[in-house]
Amino acid sequence: MTAVTTAPELPRKEKEQRKNRRPRTIAEWVLLTLSILGAMAIVFPILLLLLNAFKSPADYANSGPLDLPEKLDFTGIQDFWSRYNFPRALGNSIFISGMVAIIAVIISVLNAFAIGIGRVRGRTWIVLIFLLANLLPQEMLFDPLFRLYDSLGLLSTPWSVILTFVVIQSAFGTYLLASLLGTFPKEILEAAAVDGATKGRTLRSIIVPIMRPTLSVLMVFFFIWTWNEFLLPLAFLNTSDSLTVPLVLEQLNGERQTDTTTLIAGTLISIIPTIIFFLIFQRTLTRGITVGAVK
Amino acid sequence: MTLTKEPQKQARPAEPARIPQRGTNKIGYWLYLIPGILLVTVVIFYPIVRNLRLSLFHWRGGRAEEKWAGLDNWIALFSDEAFLQSFRNIVLVVVAMVIVPTLLGLIIASLLFDVVGRRFSGKLSSFLRATYYLPQILPIAVAGVMFAWILKPNSDGVLNQFLSFLTGNDVEINWLGGQYSTAMASVMVLMIWIQLGYPVVIFMAALQRVDPQLYEAAELDGANWYQRFRQITLPMIQPEVFVVALTTTIASLKVFAPVFILTAGGPSKSTYVPSFYAYMEFIRGTDKGYAATIASAITILVVIVAIIFIRAQNRAERKGEES
Repeated sequence: MTAVTTAPELPRKEKEQRKNRRPRTIAEWVLLTLSILGAMAIVFPILLLLLNAFKSPADYANSGPLDLPEKLDFTGIQDFWSRYNFPRALGNSIFISGMVAIIAVIISVLNAFAIGIGRVRGRTWIVLIFLLANLLPQEMLFDPLFRLYDSLGLLSTPWSVILTFVVIQSAFGTYLLASLLGTFPKEILEAAAVDGATKGRTLRSIIVPIMRPTLSVLMVFFFIWTWNEFLLPLAFLNTSDSLTVPLVLEQLNGERQTDTTTLIAGTLISIIPTIIFFLIFQRTLTRGITVGAVK
Repeated sequence: MTLTKEPQKQARPAEPARIPQRGTNKIGYWLYLIPGILLVTVVIFYPIVRNLRLSLFHWRGGRAEEKWAGLDNWIALFSDEAFLQSFRNIVLVVVAMVIVPTLLGLIIASLLFDVVGRRFSGKLSSFLRATYYLPQILPIAVAGVMFAWILKPNSDGVLNQFLSFLTGNDVEINWLGGQYSTAMASVMVLMIWIQLGYPVVIFMAALQRVDPQLYEAAELDGANWYQRFRQITLPMIQPEVFVVALTTTIASLKVFAPVFILTAGGPSKSTYVPSFYAYMEFIRGTDKGYAATIASAITILVVIVAIIFIRAQNRAERKGEES
């Protein structure tokens, strides 16, 4: 497992020389244009949303989807915001995803500590079991957990979703961290043991601080993954005040009498939190995906 | 790793008192596994066992009695047209979630890395990479609703308006509810749109590992872009291609939300995927035992695919090390 390392930067001069060694050819300009066009095709649907979310229903009906709005109109957005209680859904989503991110990282660290550092007997099997938890199709969990949470009175509370996704996300975290900790420098651990540090102390004061960058990447990942989840929240959260952002939007989409402008505005608003994370964590994210990819 | 191990082995007998006894020490580590194992048992194992068992029964749900069915449910599965159709659709889902994104991802990643990043600007290349990745972090429900809006059936639909504008006639195609071909194609386009960024980002990270001098040497030898791609890029990033293929294949076997939101399985169950079928049977069906059978079948398939992939990967790695 290669940890988060970036290739050493070449000295600037050498870099410049390399880039400018020969002039750019026409073919290269064509390829550049193609890759930009491709990226534009990807963001196009989102731009369409942006263009149409601020139209009044009348304006929307009379104009094409590519026309600019006559004037900025917030009826759709207000409608969605108040009628579907978007702030509550936002709060639910943040609470659920935040709790999952924190608890799942803690569980992953504890598991990985026992597997990667403790090298407990049968660890290969334990890792496989956690991997299975991550691979499992969610419809396998849906009915038994529904009944279980029902009998525990957890249904339609955030804890049903939190509990489930703590396990699913920490399964991935355990798999990743266990192999990272498997290559943790022995000298450091032995030095700690010599100084009389207990296991708990070693974990808290040595391993966690050293692993912090990876742990924060994992936390961001768990947050976004949980935020985007659909099937199990759909099954477990059934009262209107327990819904998450994706569920509210899906509900809006399912209602026939919904104004198209409300729907578009709702979609746009639901995207905004994700885009904010994306901008904040863009560097962390791309680094994190790399961490996940290289075994 | 091997480097750090050696000196310790020699050091250990010399100073036995310093390093705590390994055997007794290990038991303490199990304490750290307790919460994790407890949670996995309740949330993962209990459902697996329960569903596997339920697949051998007929059960109407609720307080009804469970009736022993033996392998009836499993046999019924293979003559159930809706189930078979859902599996035929999985082939198309694999095309849309694995094959097309991986191939396009290879092309786009090497374009962004080789041409845009190296010959133009690194900043532009990372910006474009972020753009391709954007759909990956959108909630899938949001992406689905957005596509549903664009594909609205009447003259209100964005795509229909475009086509009307282009052709001059009134186009009113019912993309999602009209016929199987357009509905399935729409679902596939949504999947490609969502998936594309994942291989792009992973392959670009992989390309950073490749020594640029390899390319320069090949360039000096007169290798063209395609030859360099075939001879250097592909072999070097093969592990990442494996990871992408494995993860996306498993994701496509489990796919649910795009179908649920865009077509709800319609028109007339033709766009069912197994996961959606299991869900519908669990909430609407009269026999939960059958629903459990569908879910179990998908699980078994996912595990088999994972094992095949991991084996193939290990074999490829071993080959790579030998040569």
